[in-house]
Amino acid sequence: MNTQATDTEKLTSWTPVILPPLSNLHKIEFYLANDGYKSFKKAMEMKPEEIIDEVKKSNLRGRGGACFPTGLKWSFMPKNSDKPKYLCVNGDESEPGTFKDRQILEFNPHLLIEGTLIACYAMGIRTAYIYIRGEYIKQIKLLQKAIDEAYANHLIGENILGTNFSTNIYIHRGAGAYICGEESSLMNSIEGVRGYPRLKPPFPAQFGLWGCPTTINNVETIANIPIIINNGWEWYSKVGAEKHPGPILVGVSGHVNNPGVFEMPTGEPLLEIIYKWAGGIPGDKGIKAVIPGGSSTMILRGDKLEDVRMDWDSLKKAGSSVGTAGIIVMDSDTDLIKVITRIAEFYYRESCGQCTPCREGTVWMFKILKRFENYKATKDDIDLLLDVANNIEGNTICALGDAAAWPVQSMIYQFRDEFEKRVEESKFHSLSA
Amino acid sequence: MLSEENKIKIEELRKRYPTSQSLILPALWMIQEQYGYISDESMKHISVLLNIPYSHILGVVTFYTMLHKNKVGKHHIEVCTNISCMLRGSGKILEHLENRLGIKSGETSTDKKYTLSEVECLGSCGTAPVLAIGKEYHENLTIEKLDKIIDALI
Repeated sequence: MNTQATDTEKLTSWTPVILPPLSNLHKIEFYLANDGYKSFKKAMEMKPEEIIDEVKKSNLRGRGGACFPTGLKWSFMPKNSDKPKYLCVNGDESEPGTFKDRQILEFNPHLLIEGTLIACYAMGIRTAYIYIRGEYIKQIKLLQKAIDEAYANHLIGENILGTNFSTNIYIHRGAGAYICGEESSLMNSIEGVRGYPRLKPPFPAQFGLWGCPTTINNVETIANIPIIINNGWEWYSKVGAEKHPGPILVGVSGHVNNPGVFEMPTGEPLLEIIYKWAGGIPGDKGIKAVIPGGSSTMILRGDKLEDVRMDWDSLKKAGSSVGTAGIIVMDSDTDLIKVITRIAEFYYRESCGQCTPCREGTVWMFKILKRFENYKATKDDIDLLLDVANNIEGNTICALGDAAAWPVQSMIYQFRDEFEKRVEESKFHSLSA
Repeated sequence: MLSEENKIKIEELRKRYPTSQSLILPALWMIQEQYGYISDESMKHISVLLNIPYSHILGVVTFYTMLHKNKVGKHHIEVCTNISCMLRGSGKILEHLENRLGIKSGETSTDKKYTLSEVECLGSCGTAPVLAIGKEYHENLTIEKLDKIIDALI
C-alpha cells in the first residue's frame, strides 16, 4: 500500500449528492419521494437574478473541461432579448478517459432535468437541447423516459406547475464526432450543418444557436445547480477546494484495481484517489505516469504526484489541468511511446480539418510518433515533434489544436528520456534488421 | 425512403427547431435504423423532404463516423482501442477478433455477417476493454467472454 495515503476518514465522510446511493432514482416517483424537484420549486420562488447570483457566489466552475465560472457565464446572457434564448446541455462526453456524464444520465437523469429547468428559469430560456453522443443509446432512452415523466407531471412544458413559466427540453442525438463536444461545433451540429467550430467572438451568449443568445453547459455542471439552490451558496462554496469547490465526479481508468467514477469533494489528493478510491495498482507496481483530466490534459510523472490535488489550482501548479476529471493511470511497465502515439492518432482522426495547423499538424505528429513506435526515429525527430506541436498550439479556431499539442508537448517535457531511449534502441533495431 | 411512421415522427419533430435543417441528423438516424446504412437515394429523399440541397446532406453524412454511406455487416463490431482500453488489453481483443472472424479491422466478412471496426473512446473507460455491437455495449472483456459473445451472434 502506498505510504502517502492518509486516513480513510475523508474517504467515507462524503455523502454523494450527484449520484446518491439510492436505487431507482431514475424513476420520477422515487426521485420525488427523495425531495426531487424541491430545488426547482425553491428556485421558482426566487428572482432569476437571485439564482444567477447564488450560482456566482457558489464559485461553481464548469465540469466540461475548461473550469469556467458558471455563474459568470450565465450573467453574459442578455436579460432582454428580442430573439429567443437557448440552453444547450453538453453530453457529448467524448474525451478519452471520461465516462462521468453517463452516470448522471443513467442513475440520476431527473437531477439533470431539474438543473436544466432552474437554468432556463434563471436565464429566461424557453427551449433547452440536451446534446448526447450518438453511442449513448441506452442513456438517451433513459433520459427520454425521465423527460416524458417530467412532462406528464407538468414539470416541463407550458405553464409549469401552474405558473407562467414555460420551457421545453429536447434531446438531440450526435452521430460520432469528438469535435461536437466543443461548444460552437455542438451548436452547428444542432443546426444541421457539419460540426465545424466557429470563430469567437461573437460568443454564444450574443450569437449562438441560429444567431440567438445561447448558453452551453456540461451535464455535470447542470447537475450541480439543484445542489447549490437546495443547500445555498455558502454551504456549496465550502465543499472541497476554495477556488474550485463542490462535489466532482472523478473517473479513474487504466492500470488500477478498481476503476470507476467516484463522487468526492474537489481537492482530494491524486494519490489518495488512485490508491484509496481506485484500489491501487495491480501487482503493486509503481506509477509511471498519470493523465489527470482526460487525454487533452498535460501528462504528469508518477514520481511527482505527492502534493497534487484534484482541483483547478493544484493541477495548474503541477503543470496540468482538471479537464474532465478523467484520470488515466499508467503503471511502471507502460510503453509511453505507444500511449502518446495512440493519443496523437486520436486527434489526427478527430481533427475536423478546418484549420491548417491542426489538420496537417496532427497527422504530422502521428507520423513522427509512428516512427518512434516502430523504432525508426532519429534524435532530430524529438525536436521536430515538439516544433510541430508548438506550431499547432494557439493557432487554431478551437481548442482541439491545443488539446492535440499539450499531451505531446508534456510527454516530451516530462519523459524526454523515453524518447531518447527509443532513438538509441532504434539504432540497435536497424542493425539487427 | 422514410417509413410512413418515421415521416409522421419528422413532422412532429419540426416544432422542436426553428429550421428544417436541424432535422437532418434525426432523419438520417431514422434512415440508418431502417436500412442499416444511408444510400445516395435516401440522401436525395431527405433532400426533397426537408428542402435542403443534396450536397449539404452529403456533407453532413460524411462528417460523422457513426453514419454509414455503405452497407455494413449484419453485426457491426466496434472495438474501442483508445488509451484506457489499450492499457487494459484492447489490442488482444482486436487481434482475437481478427483471427476468429478472418477479417481485418475496417473490413466486412464475405458473407456480410460481420463488420469489424476500431473506434475511438466509447465512454466506458471504467469497464475497459469494451466493444459495441449494434446498440449494445459489452464491457470488462476477456477472451473467454468475447468468444461467448461472438458465439451468441446469429
